[in-house]
Amino acid sequence: MTVSDPRQVAIRFTDVARHFGNVKAVDHVSLDIYDGEFFSLLGPSGSGKTTCLRMIAGFESPSSGSIQLYGEEVSKMPPYERDVNTVFQDYALFPHMSVQKNIAYGLMVKRVPRKERERRVSEILDMVQLTTLGKRKPSQLSGGQRQRVALARALVNHPRVLLLDEPLGALDLKLRQQMQIELKAIQQRVGITFIYVTHDQEEALTMSDRLAVFNHGKIEQVGTPAEVYERPATSFVASFVGVSNFVESDQAFKITGESKSFTLRPEKIRLTTPDSSTPADCYGLNGTIRDVIYLGMYTRYLVDTEAGIDLTVVVQNLESTSSDVFAARKRPVKILWQKAHNRVVEE
Amino acid sequence: MSTDPAVPTTNPSLQSNSPIRLISNFLYRHSCLATGLLLLLPLLWLVVIYLGSLGTMLIQSFYTYNRYTGQIIEEFSLDAYKEAFTDPDLSPPNKDVIKRTVRMAAAVTIAAAILAFPLAYYMARYAGPKMKGALYLGVMLPLWSSYLVRVYAWKLILAKDGVMTWFLEKLGLMPVLEWLLDIEGIGGNSLSTSYIGVFLVFLYVWMPYMVLPINAALERVPKSLTEASSDLGARPWYTFLRVILPLSFPGVVAGSIFTFSLTLGDYIIPSVIGTSSYFLGALVFTQRGTVGNWPLAAVLTLVPVVIMMVYLSVAKRLGAFDAL
Repeated sequence: MTVSDPRQVAIRFTDVARHFGNVKAVDHVSLDIYDGEFFSLLGPSGSGKTTCLRMIAGFESPSSGSIQLYGEEVSKMPPYERDVNTVFQDYALFPHMSVQKNIAYGLMVKRVPRKERERRVSEILDMVQLTTLGKRKPSQLSGGQRQRVALARALVNHPRVLLLDEPLGALDLKLRQQMQIELKAIQQRVGITFIYVTHDQEEALTMSDRLAVFNHGKIEQVGTPAEVYERPATSFVASFVGVSNFVESDQAFKITGESKSFTLRPEKIRLTTPDSSTPADCYGLNGTIRDVIYLGMYTRYLVDTEAGIDLTVVVQNLESTSSDVFAARKRPVKILWQKAHNRVVEE
Repeated sequence: MSTDPAVPTTNPSLQSNSPIRLISNFLYRHSCLATGLLLLLPLLWLVVIYLGSLGTMLIQSFYTYNRYTGQIIEEFSLDAYKEAFTDPDLSPPNKDVIKRTVRMAAAVTIAAAILAFPLAYYMARYAGPKMKGALYLGVMLPLWSSYLVRVYAWKLILAKDGVMTWFLEKLGLMPVLEWLLDIEGIGGNSLSTSYIGVFLVFLYVWMPYMVLPINAALERVPKSLTEASSDLGARPWYTFLRVILPLSFPGVVAGSIFTFSLTLGDYIIPSVIGTSSYFLGALVFTQRGTVGNWPLAAVLTLVPVVIMMVYLSVAKRLGAFDAL
């Protein structure tokens, strides 16, 4: 922790590595997650994010390095002695127990008196809006309901940190979006540190206070959603978080006069007529629309530019109809974007 | 479309009206008939041969055996039942044989469950693919060799001067063996002529039937459930009692159905090993074969059937089949 940062560190990874045989699942990761944060570990499958989560939970132990939980070294501590709880990807509800028994499990283990146990279980059932389903077995619930039970079963223990392993992965889009909002609201209400593993960049951007982008067992960037989206540190982050045009150094030279590769968000580019002039703070390229992909809310154009590169341009369908946009195919255009939107990245 | 004659544009079998095509299409449209044909042979086997012989046996149990002429009178009576359960002249009394057999079956079942569970658990949870394969082979290998050979081999192993005695001597455990053999009721002259010996051989012979169902049940318990339990603060023993055991219990019951019913019906092991006192299977064999008292043999055969039916309904009450 830096001296200037007053926030308490909930989880601290110091040079943590985890090897499975020759595979480096997690490759010397250092990371601080603060108390009360909604923190996402974002990355493609096999990037090491889930292994990191499992090391916090205690299901895996690091091959080297240290993990601290509120200042206490936990890397050798068994899961049942850690003050963290997990919402599993497959929910891992006990199929032979009712919803109530599932939720009360952690309290039973800790020998919480029956009266208090029942009170806390019914309280948490209210919070996840499953008040009437306490007597059901997990097999009698829908996917969304099971997900809530899994959340309740973890939260009822008031852990210091809640770990969520792609908890919304199995739900359909509408339900997922609804649960994203709900999860965020619950987190703000209970004030517990949430660590959220996901491969869905939109989910990570919507919910997180901060996020870490993982690739090949390493962290590529840590920051707030806005920082990560607007100032991607690497070309990987630029392409994984949102959609990006990536311009390699030799082609970049033709546009900017510098041979530094950069990324450019497709929504930052404007399409105009070929004869329009280029303002001083903009880059401009002439080209031809090669392909048009109509996506309802917006249209994605693939433009062949004179610089010899293809750039994707996204335009909101403000006034244009589908027949308008399809007619644009093969049309010569000029594309313009503000110089400030170029993000120079490491390759 | 290709114009090359060597590459036909459509499947040639679709153009001909071959009988195979007609039959296939007909069965595809009438899937009930197809499944019916599929089940025809197994159903014939189950209904006619299996249930049929059970029914015949049930009918025979109501016939009467004339002890003096040795003839079977094919008229309805309960004589065989009376004879089976109340006749005081019989030596040994049938009730004692039934009790002895059930006790042995219960002891074998409990011991098999206790021995099999850790092995099955290790196979399901910890063994790598190679180790798992080796263990499956090890568990099933005995089933590939003759049952009789194995039983006679055990007779030699357990004999007074056999390998077992030698081995226990080397370990200095002879006093333990002597103490065991001195126990009234289960002991005897040597291991091979005692109930302990019968028990050991039963345990050995039926062990695979206990290991495999428990293993199958444990394989179906997702690893994330044990993780969830420990995540919620449960130590391994608590997790075992509250999560693993309840979820794998159907496997234990399935295994116990095998070990229990196989022990109830077996007549070879008690006649090769042990005190030559009757077990249920041997009693049936004698009544049916030597004596020719078919009705009594039928009644005695129904005993394990009834016991197993009671056993299964109790297991069902206990919820052993809920997770199936």
